[in-house]
Amino acid sequence: MTLSPQTTQAIRNAADSHGGAKAAMLEALKLVQAAEGYVSDAHLAEAAAKLGVSTAEIDSLATFYSHIFRSPVGETVILLCDGLSCYLCGGDAVRDAVMQKLGIGFGETTPDGKFTLINVCCIGGCDVAPAALVGPDRKLVGPLSADDLTQLIGGGR
Amino acid sequence: MIKLIVDGKEIEVPPEYTLMQACEAAGAEIPRFCYHERLSIAGNCRMCLVEVKGTPKPVASCAWGVRDCRPGPKGEPPEISTRSPMVKKAREGVMEFLLINHPLDCPICDQGGECDLQDQAMGYGADTSRFAENKRAVEDKYLGVLVKTSMNRCIQCTRCVRFASEICGVPEMGLTGRGEDVEITTYLESALTSELQGNLVDICPVGALTSKPYAFAARPWELGKTQSIDVMDAVGSAIRVDTRGREVMRILPRVNEAVNEEWISDKTRHIVDGLRTQRLDRPYVRENGKLRAATWSEAFAAIAAKLKDVKGERIGAIAGDLAAVEDMFALQDLMTRLGSANLATETTHAFDPSLGRASYIFNPTIAGIEQADALLIIGCNPRKEAAVLNARIRKRWRTGQMKIAVIGDHAELTYKYDYLGAGVDTLSELAAGKQSFADVLKGAKNPIVLVGAGVTARSDGAALLAMAAKLATDIGAIKDGWNGFAVLHSAASSVGALDIGFVPGEGGLTAAQMVGEGALDVMFSLGADEIKLPADAFVVYIGTHGDRGAHRADVILPGAAYTEKSGIYVNTEGRVQIAGRAAFPPGEAREDWAIIRALSDALGATLPYDSLVALRKALTEKVPHLLRIDQIEPADPAALAALARRGGGAIGKAPLLSPIGDFYLTNPIARASAVMAECSRVASGQILTAAE
Ligand code: SF4
Ligand code: FES
Ligand code: FES
Repeated sequence: MTLSPQTTQAIRNAADSHGGAKAAMLEALKLVQAAEGYVSDAHLAEAAAKLGVSTAEIDSLATFYSHIFRSPVGETVILLCDGLSCYLCGGDAVRDAVMQKLGIGFGETTPDGKFTLINVCCIGGCDVAPAALVGPDRKLVGPLSADDLTQLIGGGR
Repeated sequence: MIKLIVDGKEIEVPPEYTLMQACEAAGAEIPRFCYHERLSIAGNCRMCLVEVKGTPKPVASCAWGVRDCRPGPKGEPPEISTRSPMVKKAREGVMEFLLINHPLDCPICDQGGECDLQDQAMGYGADTSRFAENKRAVEDKYLGVLVKTSMNRCIQCTRCVRFASEICGVPEMGLTGRGEDVEITTYLESALTSELQGNLVDICPVGALTSKPYAFAARPWELGKTQSIDVMDAVGSAIRVDTRGREVMRILPRVNEAVNEEWISDKTRHIVDGLRTQRLDRPYVRENGKLRAATWSEAFAAIAAKLKDVKGERIGAIAGDLAAVEDMFALQDLMTRLGSANLATETTHAFDPSLGRASYIFNPTIAGIEQADALLIIGCNPRKEAAVLNARIRKRWRTGQMKIAVIGDHAELTYKYDYLGAGVDTLSELAAGKQSFADVLKGAKNPIVLVGAGVTARSDGAALLAMAAKLATDIGAIKDGWNGFAVLHSAASSVGALDIGFVPGEGGLTAAQMVGEGALDVMFSLGADEIKLPADAFVVYIGTHGDRGAHRADVILPGAAYTEKSGIYVNTEGRVQIAGRAAFPPGEAREDWAIIRALSDALGATLPYDSLVALRKALTEKVPHLLRIDQIEPADPAALAALARRGGGAIGKAPLLSPIGDFYLTNPIARASAVMAECSRVASGQILTAAE
């Protein structure tokens, strides 16, 4: 699967607006991830070729950032905070509840490919702790409770 | 100039210096891992910490410019201390962190004994570790045939990453992950594609990258070290040959700023196993169509019997790519005594040394590339013909001050260039000023016209060479203080042969004529393995390996390889250098000049020298500049005007392609090497995945 013409064009534009291929590498990775969910080897190579940088170089950058995913993730990515405020406001219970509900641990994806659960530290949502970022737009949700997980995984489950 | 006080000593250094350079100028020694003077600055290992007075924290001296140091309150020069207790403590702290995840497996590490980390740990390391937790473990990576990895040992200095992308021009290595998860790897563990990758082993300050073919072969302190010169190409890189007993164990680069800086090509470094295999270790004589082992006197008798009634003009000699000047000189002498003018090498038919030296050497010199601002490459793939010289071109190109154009192969050369075309007509167009690059050349201050084997190996090479010389003259590449006409030879023997006039004499035959049917009765081949020897002549082969030449031979006289004799080689710049003897020839093999001397006796045409010293005396009496080792005899550029005037007949239509097909297999030693064969297979894509 090659990148869509729109993504390819967006990568080219990024190179122009960021002042060069090197400066646009991170933007390119974000564009690929937004379009494809994660950055596969093939897409990484494609983006590198579009920018005219080496695969090794762009991979170094991609792997530096933990929120650029280099392996497949589920349709909805849940970034659940395990920072201090969230912990003090009962984050552990939410964590256990969602893990149990989905049957996966941190860094794992449900077998049906719907959810990926990842732990992050403070996401700047201490005022609504326990908090999480959900979905492709990284929507901030909270305060969460162990009894009602709809904010995290919707009502379907 | 900026004034500084280093360890109480006042010095003045140029403002572009780093603190590290300034400290070194003051005589202080600064430990380092990530800093390398030929690479960009990374500043990530922190071993080079020093104290700058007035700065609260220790400072990484490799990444701190002297112009960034603030003077004291009364305008006193900045004070730096490299030995204060604070510095010692800081460096010890850095060392402790570096060793936390390092496996400390020196006893089974090939770097042991020549490891920067080991050495610095002696100075700054603690005797026990305070780190009781588990060390992290990193999987080893596949990087190809030549570089072995042991990634637990890596200290993430990123020298290898910078070397691959900056010097080699193949940005294939990277540092993936972050923090505790960082790992050095090629993208998806693919084999490296650079001809200079062997240098990674030297560049890595620890034992993370070591030599695969040399793995667990020897310890550095067991080895005898001999300074020598490489003969794999005409660059003449400075090397060190390490031997144990009679055996060559490995080849390393030496620093020679004028030639190879501190790099050598993979062929130079890794043909070592080729020196051992397929060696001719005793004379052979062909009887009833089959070669049989013989004694020296039998072999000489067979040659003498054959030569008895043969006239001089029916005898000829061709010297191979690896022949030393002394060997060619002795052979030339013998041929003259036998009444023959049929002398040639495999690679130099396009040149006429009687025009003068400037017509056949790399006049601007290799280091001179760094002064050039325009480069035209004609019929040459420098990456294959002279990988180290190509790195120099890339170095200059990276400064952005040299424009490059190519006529010939459209190859990946590790730098950007204007591709003008492959054909002779492109060259004529350029000469006529019809190509836009002609203006670049004309406008340049120091232009170079580089001519490679794609021109000189052709049968119409002489005419093409004249055309190139005319072009160089016309664009103003030859003027006071600059001679931009650069011949890149592909064989180590070429310039030496031309210097001593090892070329067809009056009425003599060229190499191509000599190998023609019925041209000769007896042919002497001094390791000529690239040319097809005649089927109908009696071939005497003096050489080292059971390669093409030996297979065709009627008598084989086993000679010495370049590591087994002391010999003069003249590189493509015309630089005279001496290769040292590191080992001995195997079995009954002898040094080539001595073989020729002994043979001359058996033929009743005794050569008047019976030691190498006497031979060199005779040689340098005839060609005095060969006495001036490590120097380039100034060449009169008038030779080029003569060459340009002379022209040289019809020029064919074929494209100007470099004749070197496979970088790894260009001579008999390389063809005998299993490592080179493996490299060639990987490079040609026959092995796509990891071989391990
Ligand atoms: S492999 Fe060697 S050169 Fe490369 S980062 Fe690690 S220690 Fe440095
Ligand atoms: S600690 Fe969870 S959002 Fe700040
Ligand atoms: S040598 Fe200065 S930080 Fe590594």
